[in-house]
Amino acid sequence: MAVSGLIMLGYLVAHVAGNLKVFFGPEEFNAYGHWLRVMGAPVLHHEWALWLVRIVLVAAVVAHAVSAYQLSRRDLKARPTAYVHRRRRASYATRTMRWGGIVLALFIVWHVLDLTTGTVHPGGFEEGRPYQNVVDTFSTWYGNVVYIVAMLAVGLHVRHGFWSAAQTLGVGNARRERLLRALANTLALVLTAGFVSVPVAVMTGVVS
Amino acid sequence: MRLNLRVWRQKNGAAEGAMATYEVDGISADMSFLEMLDTLNEDLILRGEDPVAFDHDCREGICGACSLVINGDAHGPERTTTCQLHMRSFRDGDTIDVEPWRASAFPVVKDLVVDRGAFDRVIQAGGYITAPTGSAPEAHATPVPKADADSAFEHAECIGCGACVAACPNGSAMLFTSAKINHLNVLPQGSPERETRVLDMVAQMDAEGFGGCTLTGECATACPKGIPLPSISAMNREWLRARRKASRG
Amino acid sequence: MSYLDYVTGEPITDTKAPEGPVAERWDTRRFQAKLVNPANRRKHRIIVVGTGLAGGSAGATLAEQGYQVVQFCFQDSPRRAHSIAAQGGINAAKNYRNDGDSVHRLFYDTVKGGDFRARESNVHRLAQISVEIIDQCVAQGVPFAREYGGLLDTRSFGGVQVSRTFYARGQTGQQLLLGAYQALSRQIAAGNVEMHARTEMLDLVVVDGRARGIVARDLITGEITTHYADAVVLASGGYGNVFYLSTNAMNSNATAVWRAHRRGAYFANPCFTQIHPTCIPRTGDHQSKLTLMSESLRNDGRIWVPKAKGDTRPAAEIPEDERDYYLERIYPSFGNLVPRDIASRAAKNVCDEGRGVGPGGQGVYLDFADAIRRMGRAAVEEKYGNLFDMYERITAENPYEVPMRIYPAVHYTMGGLWVDYDLQTTVPGLFAVGEANFSDHGANRLGASALMQGLADGYFVLPATINDYLARHPHAEPVTDDHPAVREVLAETEDRLNLLLAVDGDRTPDSFHRELGELMWEFCGMARDESGLRTALERIPKIREEFWSRIKVPGSGQEFNQSLEKANRIVDYLELAELMCLDALHRAESCGGHFREESQTPDGEAARHDEEFAYVAAWEFGGTGAPVLHKEDLAFEYVHPTQRSYA
Repeated sequence: MAVSGLIMLGYLVAHVAGNLKVFFGPEEFNAYGHWLRVMGAPVLHHEWALWLVRIVLVAAVVAHAVSAYQLSRRDLKARPTAYVHRRRRASYATRTMRWGGIVLALFIVWHVLDLTTGTVHPGGFEEGRPYQNVVDTFSTWYGNVVYIVAMLAVGLHVRHGFWSAAQTLGVGNARRERLLRALANTLALVLTAGFVSVPVAVMTGVVS
Repeated sequence: MRLNLRVWRQKNGAAEGAMATYEVDGISADMSFLEMLDTLNEDLILRGEDPVAFDHDCREGICGACSLVINGDAHGPERTTTCQLHMRSFRDGDTIDVEPWRASAFPVVKDLVVDRGAFDRVIQAGGYITAPTGSAPEAHATPVPKADADSAFEHAECIGCGACVAACPNGSAMLFTSAKINHLNVLPQGSPERETRVLDMVAQMDAEGFGGCTLTGECATACPKGIPLPSISAMNREWLRARRKASRG
Repeated sequence: MSYLDYVTGEPITDTKAPEGPVAERWDTRRFQAKLVNPANRRKHRIIVVGTGLAGGSAGATLAEQGYQVVQFCFQDSPRRAHSIAAQGGINAAKNYRNDGDSVHRLFYDTVKGGDFRARESNVHRLAQISVEIIDQCVAQGVPFAREYGGLLDTRSFGGVQVSRTFYARGQTGQQLLLGAYQALSRQIAAGNVEMHARTEMLDLVVVDGRARGIVARDLITGEITTHYADAVVLASGGYGNVFYLSTNAMNSNATAVWRAHRRGAYFANPCFTQIHPTCIPRTGDHQSKLTLMSESLRNDGRIWVPKAKGDTRPAAEIPEDERDYYLERIYPSFGNLVPRDIASRAAKNVCDEGRGVGPGGQGVYLDFADAIRRMGRAAVEEKYGNLFDMYERITAENPYEVPMRIYPAVHYTMGGLWVDYDLQTTVPGLFAVGEANFSDHGANRLGASALMQGLADGYFVLPATINDYLARHPHAEPVTDDHPAVREVLAETEDRLNLLLAVDGDRTPDSFHRELGELMWEFCGMARDESGLRTALERIPKIREEFWSRIKVPGSGQEFNQSLEKANRIVDYLELAELMCLDALHRAESCGGHFREESQTPDGEAARHDEEFAYVAAWEFGGTGAPVLHKEDLAFEYVHPTQRSYA
């Protein structure tokens, strides 16, 4: 859970950094999209590096999902009877890990079908012109809603997930507690703000 | 004061249970929560009804026997054991829900009494230092840095009540297990069995059907002895270290 | 037949303690004791009842030696025995402080502290073993308090002049018990100990004059079971709960020792009970138990009551010249640090005069105002913070601002089953360890000595002496449920439980327990006199009679039934209480925790009568007849009896 989560987190950081290139105009953004395909050249063949990343990512997603499923099953089995008197105390981020994870899984499916394969893309999807594709997606109301909701979920998920992974890997202790919490919050905030800035920019016309 | 109690009643482990409602009157703010239940039980006996079964013994917060979930909180609203909770924490006319620890590793025996034998088996799996009587070296032969001794003590304070499991939405026993492992593993005396201890105890904990840890932190909030949440991280560190060492042979 | 018509039987002359210099007796005895070949140990089963410090350590050690141990506790886990609640510490003659301590000094202090009613041989052995206990516990990982250099810290305790008490904050008992529990757990995992939790011993099986097993009740299913062995060890603790209110755990009880007594084990010095001076006073009739506050508080707190009777003003409004710091007034040289029994009696006296404070007037102030002025609040907090918090949690009063209220409470019983030097009772094959026996504390136990004795018995003494018995009885005939002796015990046990369920009267078990406790506290508590004890001896049989006609126990015997457990324990308290009063009546002297009003010095101190009473009173159960008193004379070759004086 922790290792696959951290792999995906690393990817997200790279992803958000790439996304922000959208603010430097279509040329730079599209060039960046192209570079992703020629990454590693000339040592690697066209798109090999990208496929390598995709394979690692898919493996991480699958591992994360399988672990989450097993953990959830085990946890539900360990506490089959609920208390009659219900009371909630854990933070929102903590309580929403399970459902948040499912929301994110569904989002990823939509996101890939939308901007990688173009299957459900609104308007004409054009391979190799990601800037336009992004603008297309965020020109629809539902594209914005789905994306922004999902990015808020990412923030919550990362906030508890990062700190949690640190504990699982045995990095936490009483002295580092505040540092880890701050790091988790910062990561969550930066990721969410970074991702959300793109649809907001499209909506406000900064990016068009 | 006068209170409405809703208490989980279950004849035995095999029977179905349900909440039953009782009214108790003449409760003094100075009573402990368990003395309030004593009052209820005296009434029930005289009325020819079965008194409410609950575990309790020392009634001074150290034996770890008492184990009630009060209004959804393990050991009730104060951070202490049930036996040290006093009725001044409640108000006249309150409705109070009283339930047993809930976890499949802690099956209900009767009413509010559960079987916590799983904890004993986790300890039996390795929660000790092998030091047969008579084999001990002179006590001052191995000085222990004060910080380590204090850290061992902090974890050794665990009373094994099970509030951590009861409070955890996953029924996980990580805080209990980590408290014992950290108590022994931090001491030089505990170091020779450090790896087998953590691997065996964690394996036993899993085998008992406790849930996994999702670090909700409910356990440390409920712990009447203040075992800290980072204790779990320290156990994970020990476990990973032991696994690495085992895989290297 | 009245208990007052007791008869005096043959004196006890042989305690199995070897002759020779006291310092060599334990070595001599260990050498004399026969051994069991390691290969043969596996063939012997030993039953251990109780998992406190004495039982837990005994079970673990016997199992390590290769015996098959079958162990019982009524708690849901062996880790919860009441040893866990001991706060202060454990004494050991390590002399780490280089302050003049030695085995001989610990021996001397304990004999003297016991007011010359303990055996020199036993006490010396205890002092010798004390040093090994610390080594053993440290090796097990007991996190004792340490200095910055990494070495063990000690403190002084209970008015002795050396610093020999090892401690783990205010939870020494807990840490030592967890050590023993962990050692026991290792043996359970190894298959050497068969552990029966939530199983309570209800009677002893004696076959052909030897202890061969027990009858027990599975507290979950209610099933009555029998268990057989080659020897039985009782580690079932003290009987302070006869008083209903005590610092004992709610379920601590006297059934195991009392049933053993009925089967032939002598009961020694039952009237020797220790009243601890610093407990939190009761708040009303609902009170179910009392909580101890560590004695260390008396080092800095000042004890006082108002000078005037019935003064109900809050403490802060009582001016200095209207306060009576009575301990400082009566005992100017020791002041607030007088021994436990003296502090307790003085508190009772001022309350009896009508000067007690708090609800019901059963309390005295323990005031830290001067200490806070002198040392500063931070220093007081550093030293006593956890105790102050505990006090506040229970009473909702802040002891930094208003004085604590304290009152004495029953805490420990020095009396118990009579045992010889080998810890064997008068029933061959039946041993008693820890608080369950009477052996080492005489008429008064010193602070931090209970943990020492429990562990000495369990880790070191019993495992060395039980071999001798087993080696001498190597081929015990197997016992089965068909044996007439077993059938009789089983039938008695079942009849007793069935009768309790059948009475269906109109009084709860607790109501009888409380009534008995109040009677005992009044007449056989801190101070006793002849007429009071006679009153108690008249009234106890009446309570007992009423009990058997009016008790109401709901439910059945074939289920988890806490009312039945309670009622069955009260049956035994109602009998033991009578023996306690008889013992207190017959001992017409004051010594240690036993204070007879008729026997005091002109300044109100306990006056012993050594010529007449320097003996252990070992009582034999008289069946339907009167109890039989066997005297074991005590000789003091090394510590010469003197009258205590603390003025």
